[in-house]
Amino acid sequence: MNSMTTEQIRALIARGKMKDTIFQALGIICLAIGLLVIFLLVGDMLIRGLERLNLDFFFQYASRRAAQSGILSAWVGSLLVMLVTAVAAVPLGVAAGIYLEEYARRNWVTDIIEINITNLAAVPSIVYGLLALGIFVYAFGFGQSILSAGLTLALLILPIVIVATREAIRAIPAMIREGSMAVGATRWQTCRYHIIPYSMPGILTGVIIGLARAIGETAPIITIGALTFIAFLPPVPFTATGVDGATAGLFDWVMSPFTVMPIQIFNWTSRPDPAFEANAAAAGFVLMGMVLSMNGLAIWLRYRMRKNIKW
Amino acid sequence: MSIPSFSEPQQVSERLAKNVYRHLSERLIELLLFAAAAVSVLTTVGIVYVLVSESIHFFQHVSIVDFLTDTQWTPLFDDAHYGIMVLISGTLVSSAVALAVAIPMGTVIAIYLSEFANSRVREVAKPVLELLGGIPTIVFGYFALLIVTPLLQKIFPELPGFSLLSAGLVMGIMIVPYIASLSEDAMRAVPMSLREGSYAMGSSRLYTALHVVVPAALSGLAASYILGISRAVGETMILAVAAGMQPNLTWNPMEPAMTITSYIVQVALGDLPHGSIGYQTIFAAGLTLLLITLLFNILGQWLRRRFREAY
Repeated sequence: MNSMTTEQIRALIARGKMKDTIFQALGIICLAIGLLVIFLLVGDMLIRGLERLNLDFFFQYASRRAAQSGILSAWVGSLLVMLVTAVAAVPLGVAAGIYLEEYARRNWVTDIIEINITNLAAVPSIVYGLLALGIFVYAFGFGQSILSAGLTLALLILPIVIVATREAIRAIPAMIREGSMAVGATRWQTCRYHIIPYSMPGILTGVIIGLARAIGETAPIITIGALTFIAFLPPVPFTATGVDGATAGLFDWVMSPFTVMPIQIFNWTSRPDPAFEANAAAAGFVLMGMVLSMNGLAIWLRYRMRKNIKW
Repeated sequence: MSIPSFSEPQQVSERLAKNVYRHLSERLIELLLFAAAAVSVLTTVGIVYVLVSESIHFFQHVSIVDFLTDTQWTPLFDDAHYGIMVLISGTLVSSAVALAVAIPMGTVIAIYLSEFANSRVREVAKPVLELLGGIPTIVFGYFALLIVTPLLQKIFPELPGFSLLSAGLVMGIMIVPYIASLSEDAMRAVPMSLREGSYAMGSSRLYTALHVVVPAALSGLAASYILGISRAVGETMILAVAAGMQPNLTWNPMEPAMTITSYIVQVALGDLPHGSIGYQTIFAAGLTLLLITLLFNILGQWLRRRFREAY
């Protein structure tokens, strides 16, 4: 019956093992390409942009002359837009996550909401820009302001925050809820004093990842018509505005025109004059620094969490 | 049993009254949480409403037949042509290039991480992939234009400064992390007993991975590919920066071309009045984009059901 000799079987095993090794090498090469891209990208931007990376670069406005251009209006704009995004997306996302995990009954309404959240994650970001152009900019009359941009990005990252909240809540064992309700707490008291505090690190991780995504988003903000050349800052609350000497209100800045880091980079990248490449590289390096440190923070937080929590 | 004092009934009613308020505020909070969850549904409704209502205005000027069959896209010229195929060809070619990179690379990485790598490699590789997935697309656009295109021009000297090829390649790298992490999740969900059975029959690791694990995880793999396609079709900034924004009906990746998304960016950068036909074209283009994404997602759902294996 057995037609194979021991040598033949050994050769067969050796061939199998060799193929395993070759595939492992292929896998490592593919991973290395990913790592190489990150290094190449950061390295190239650092080398090209090094001459522009000084303190002046951060405190000058964009200019027609490459050597005198800076990113002041861009990073301030990015920061303010992120503030609006976080203020809008965090309460909404966390509330929606709590509702779906703790309150929702299994019925068709819940099914629609869940399917909808999954599908929203696949909608291209530029479509959110078109939504914002039609609704926020024109129908609500917010114009091409920080408010419009912040709300647009909030809608964009809402699914990320909701999914992170739900996962964090799902990791809390049922005995916590049972214990709380057994001593007479209502559903909301259980959420308020147990579910939300215990799921906070997970929610925070999701929020940071969402904001890191939002800060690099360009397409939706271009679509709502953000200007690429802004040489002023939004009004600081309670100071005189330049135009008519009137005092700016506490929330006047949300209606101000603005630019953000990715748009500034796009503007510099698309200029034919190669002198602006150094600016684009330097600004890109700064943006990468922001995004990578936010992602790094989220990865670290998750790592800490996994080590510490034992129910 | 003692005789109840006079104060007792009042105490009880007070507690009951408190319970009514408690009940009320519980219901109110539940309502608020539900409203937050409903925002995601409203987002979808808003997207469909904005795109369809503006597109209806557009299709009152342009017949659908012209829209689908015209071979020129010059909506902003005096001699206006609205042939969406021009933009669709750019979108499909760049997506095809991206997927030709992302699907093999992502799948190899996923198989390697789930079937070969030890936990220490995985601890390093997953954050690297996450960082790669977190890089802003505008930075990838910079990478495509200023690093990848010059490199490719050394291999293909006739390659123009803007091309679908270099944009598509970089898009592929961008999509790798999504495909890799989703595919890995799918393969890890395959029960260990299947692998053990395969090993017991004497097959090698690679043979087990390719002939047992991959077929068992096929529905998950299909889902990850579909997500990759959605990303590629909806990607904007890489194409706007590196593919050149010239309408060009071509199936050759070596040429510059415009995609649906980069057309929207080009129009948004200009200053088109609200309600003009040029303004409406971006919503018609956006609707086309959404329908293409939807088509692929329906296909994905079908594939998932077709290849679902239950254990």
